[in-house]
Amino acid sequence: MAAPETVIFEEEFARINLVCDRLRSDANAQVVFIVDKNGQLIAASGETEHLDTTSLASLTAGNVAATGGIAKLLKEKEFATQFHEGEVSNIHIQIVGQRVILVVIFDQRSSLGLVRLRVRKASDELNKVFDTLVAKAQQPGAMKVLEEITDEDIENLFNE
Amino acid sequence: MSFINYSSREINCKIVYYGPGLCGKTTNLKYIFGNTAPDAKGKMISLATETDRTLFFDFLPLSLGEIQGFKTRFHLYTVPGQVFYNASRKLILKGVDGVVYVADSQIDRMEANIESLDNLRENLADQGYDLDRIPYVVQYNKRDLPDIAPVDEMRALLNLNGVPDFEAEATTGRGVFATLKAIAKLVFMELKRSRTSSST
Ligand SMILES: Nc1nc2c(ncn2[C@@H]2O[C@H](COP(=O)(O)OP(=O)(O)O)[C@@H](O)[C@H]2O)c(=O)[nH]1
Ligand SMILES: [Mg+2]
Repeated sequence: MAAPETVIFEEEFARINLVCDRLRSDANAQVVFIVDKNGQLIAASGETEHLDTTSLASLTAGNVAATGGIAKLLKEKEFATQFHEGEVSNIHIQIVGQRVILVVIFDQRSSLGLVRLRVRKASDELNKVFDTLVAKAQQPGAMKVLEEITDEDIENLFNE
Repeated sequence: MSFINYSSREINCKIVYYGPGLCGKTTNLKYIFGNTAPDAKGKMISLATETDRTLFFDFLPLSLGEIQGFKTRFHLYTVPGQVFYNASRKLILKGVDGVVYVADSQIDRMEANIESLDNLRENLADQGYDLDRIPYVVQYNKRDLPDIAPVDEMRALLNLNGVPDFEAEATTGRGVFATLKAIAKLVFMELKRSRTSSST
């Protein structure tokens, strides 16, 4: 089948969260989150209680997909960065290593220049983590949970 | 593609509702949204035009229960049905784990049904998927209307492979959850199968 599943293991999950936390503080941002290109939220850091992160993840991925479609029509590989400026909040969207999306939400306490700089550094770190994840996911036993799904499990999903 | 997080112990999958314009895809999601416990669903998002036609997609996140100690979540998407939105439809199929094809049972919509099914097959192929091999179910919607084609006829036109199929009336909900359950089952069966056979 086309692409492999996204699989996140505990060790890398901790590293990803660390990158998010550090980026948020280094960039003076309100919220940082990471989404896979299919719209699944991978990690979030910051003032997320009042945010619908599931919806944000899906819409960000839709936005990136649409922009990627435009790029293709213009024979560009991708538009790796998007920036939207609001009255209070700004959002910086960066495709990392062509596979995940790094989103930073910030206000006047930060600046686009600072966010850019910090995002670049965080992207390098994230690339390393996701390289490790891809390698790990291919090892035997990595998808143990899927192998062990039983017919009863599937039946029981709806019997609540 | 499914998403598995061993740390937060969750498995997420993506389901796409496909079909011609006005066949009832959005209505399926609205019914599911309206009839799911608050703690098992997120917000339903509709990117629609001012006249309520789907512009890009509808999105509904659902929690289904646990498998092997993992929370399972389904992200349901619909595509815009109108012919000229094909670029958007392609994008939404990216990373899909299962497809629900919704057909409009009205006789004068048969051509649109066939066209949309051909388009689904093509767009999937563009993304490297084969409609005959992915988790896939068919729904014959709008069974309550007067000028509808018999199910046997629709099956012969739209479900040659005999995948699970369901009569439905999305406005009242008849057949809506049966369809969803069927695709969820197929998706998990495929997740298991793809894992147990890939090691050989
Ligand atoms: N009578 C009837 N109308 C339906 C049914 N399902 C959907 N509709 C109506 O068909 C129209 C288009 O439905 P919608 O869900 O927006 O179609 P979509 O373009 O596939 O998303 C709406 O007015 C719905 O109320 C059904 O089972 N029976
Ligand atoms: Mg719609």
